[in-house]
Amino acid sequence: MSIAAARPALFLSSTRLQQPWTRLKCTPPPAKYGGRHTVTLIPGDGIGPELLNHVRELFRFCCVPVDFEVVNVNSAASSEDDINNAVTAIKRNGVALKGNIETNHNLPPSHKSRNNLLRTSLDLYANVMHCQSLPGVPSHHKDIDVIIIRENTEGEYSSLEHENVPGVVESLKIITRVNSLRIAEYAFNLAREKGRRKVTAVHKANIMKLGDGLFLQCCKEVAAGYPDITLDDMIVDNTTMQLVSKPQQFDVMVMPNLYGNVVSNVCAGLVGGPGLVPGVNYGKDYAVFESATRNTGRSIANKNIANPTATLLAGCVMLDHLKLHAYARMIRKAVLKTLSETRLQTADLGGQCTTSEVVHSIMQEIQRGGPRTSQQI
Amino acid sequence: MIMATLTKALKPILGRQLGNAAKVFGPAASNQRGKPTYTGQIIPPPAKYGGRHTVALIPGDGIGPELLSHVRELFRFSCVPVDFEVVNVNSSLTSEDDIKNAIMAIRRNGVALKGNIETNHIMPPNHKSRNNLLRTSLDLYANVMHCQSLPGVQTRHKNIDIIIIRENTEGEYSSLEHESVSGVVECLKIITRTNSLRIADYAFKLAREKGRRRVTAVHKANIMKLGDGLFLQCCKEVASGYPDIEFDSMIVDNTTMQLVSKPQQFDVMVMPNLYGNVVSNVCAGLVGGPGLVPGANYGRDYAVFETATRNTGKSIANRNIANPTAMLLASCLMLDHLKLYDYATMIRGAILTTMNKTRLHTVDIGGQGTTSEVVQSIMRNIESGGPLTTEI
Repeated sequence: MSIAAARPALFLSSTRLQQPWTRLKCTPPPAKYGGRHTVTLIPGDGIGPELLNHVRELFRFCCVPVDFEVVNVNSAASSEDDINNAVTAIKRNGVALKGNIETNHNLPPSHKSRNNLLRTSLDLYANVMHCQSLPGVPSHHKDIDVIIIRENTEGEYSSLEHENVPGVVESLKIITRVNSLRIAEYAFNLAREKGRRKVTAVHKANIMKLGDGLFLQCCKEVAAGYPDITLDDMIVDNTTMQLVSKPQQFDVMVMPNLYGNVVSNVCAGLVGGPGLVPGVNYGKDYAVFESATRNTGRSIANKNIANPTATLLAGCVMLDHLKLHAYARMIRKAVLKTLSETRLQTADLGGQCTTSEVVHSIMQEIQRGGPRTSQQI
Repeated sequence: MIMATLTKALKPILGRQLGNAAKVFGPAASNQRGKPTYTGQIIPPPAKYGGRHTVALIPGDGIGPELLSHVRELFRFSCVPVDFEVVNVNSSLTSEDDIKNAIMAIRRNGVALKGNIETNHIMPPNHKSRNNLLRTSLDLYANVMHCQSLPGVQTRHKNIDIIIIRENTEGEYSSLEHESVSGVVECLKIITRTNSLRIADYAFKLAREKGRRRVTAVHKANIMKLGDGLFLQCCKEVASGYPDIEFDSMIVDNTTMQLVSKPQQFDVMVMPNLYGNVVSNVCAGLVGGPGLVPGANYGRDYAVFETATRNTGKSIANRNIANPTAMLLASCLMLDHLKLYDYATMIRGAILTTMNKTRLHTVDIGGQGTTSEVVQSIMRNIESGGPLTTEI
């Protein structure tokens, strides 16, 4: 206990102390050799493979010192070997960039969602989505800047269901003190780091008094240690209604799993759609980057009309995580500049550009802003 | 024919509840009031004496009492043949007598108009939500919210016309939680075949009655495979009995995202309890706010009318700035339920004239009118549309 008092209150400390024997386990060092990082790449299904190809193409063009270790996961196979290989690869490299792996509804309930398995095995407990209004993108609301922090491992996604009596199904929603404290600690740390003033906890404690009541209580306990940041709470139905009428009032939001899913999708819709916002899953030792709304995009796969912005911005967030800030800045600037031009917008934003044209313009933009070479390509 | 087959299949479970073809705008199955049920219990006949109906009125907290007194004032002005039996429920008491009295009054009268009763978070978990108790005791299994864009109200989205049908008794609102291990709470979300079939049947019947083309089931079956999977399966089974109505399904996160960008694509939506809560609040926000949309809770024998988003409005209580539209439209729905269609049309027309032509809006929709001014304007509209008197 005294060790905890001596250490600064990092989100790392709480789980470690729960199981003292894990301190002896060695986390592999970062996968960086000769100045080049290795990152796991999981193409997934739908638009994942094509968009991740564009990411690789762009990284190669910009000479980003990142090598990708591609791990394919076959969503149709019932054996869990594929996803276990992917998890091992991420443990090896520490960082991953992934597309969404499809979950087939027709398979039996024993076939768990692959994405969920990945998140729980690696204990990626915080899903962070930074929702910002981008200039040049048509939307009904302006000046939105919300950070949504969603608990990523428990809650309604525990996949614990049973049918004791035929025709009556009980789904268990698990809320634990440990995980709620952990995610609240993460949220406040992040808010402090980014200079944010207010954290809003979203819950439904008037109905789920014990469950969401515990979550709210943990948020309040953690808030006591951050006097410079205000905590307020809002019930999820009121939150969604306020988001639709006045989203500018929100700053940082923290919530359990299911509400996080709904609220982050509402916010993604408010700033312009699923093709624009990147999302990150952070754990104690690992980080996995993907698009925030986790769409497979089966209906638009291989048609060259998908919006590459979300995946490219996710790649930039990953470069920031690997401390390659200059590359991240360069690519992000080019992506946002391209996005603000209406003639270079894809179908989901109302334009007519194809994915490859957009990526090509981004490359041209990078070239324009970069050091001059003797001859233009 | 299909109803008969369905009835036969469900007979052992539902007993006599799915009797004849039901009139849907109201209790979903045939109203059993006045007839002995299979348990031998006799539910009193409709509370209509001498041509006047009696309706239970539960003022609730916050803006409830003031808005409901406006409703009564308006009804008296329009000579509506409805008498209100007021039952007060004190939300701060721990004893459940108040709410039991209210439930008894609703059983007696069959119809109620209510404001939202506040649920204090600070009370211990055994103090159940009063609104929830009311809904489950009376088995008001369908919550119907008709969300329409009103032309006079400024919103970002136009031409929205969605009917949301939400399962009202089970799902995440079962209030079944326990803490087996300290620090680990398990909340049970219950989905049953009976209730899912019942709500799906209600949704399709309502869609057919209103001439709607498509029903969308909202779920999260990719994660909650057994629970929402059962719900989805029940919807599909019922859909096969209604070949004229198209059925599709959508995951709740995608639904909310589509609602925010393109709400015009939705027609009728059916869903379990929690998703219904979120989706109906999103839709209410899209058409202009919580002060505009009425909601109805239908059971087999009872109907309770209230505002769709169930806000208590504590911060704006007694300041004469609340928007009375939702409560007044809810009372019009109640008049339709009591088959007093003329009065309902008259009052609804006056409300919409005030909203769309006169544009007298309250603060929440960007205007500056007070509640009483809006109600006065509605009364003037009723008067000007009514039979002429020699002198006013």
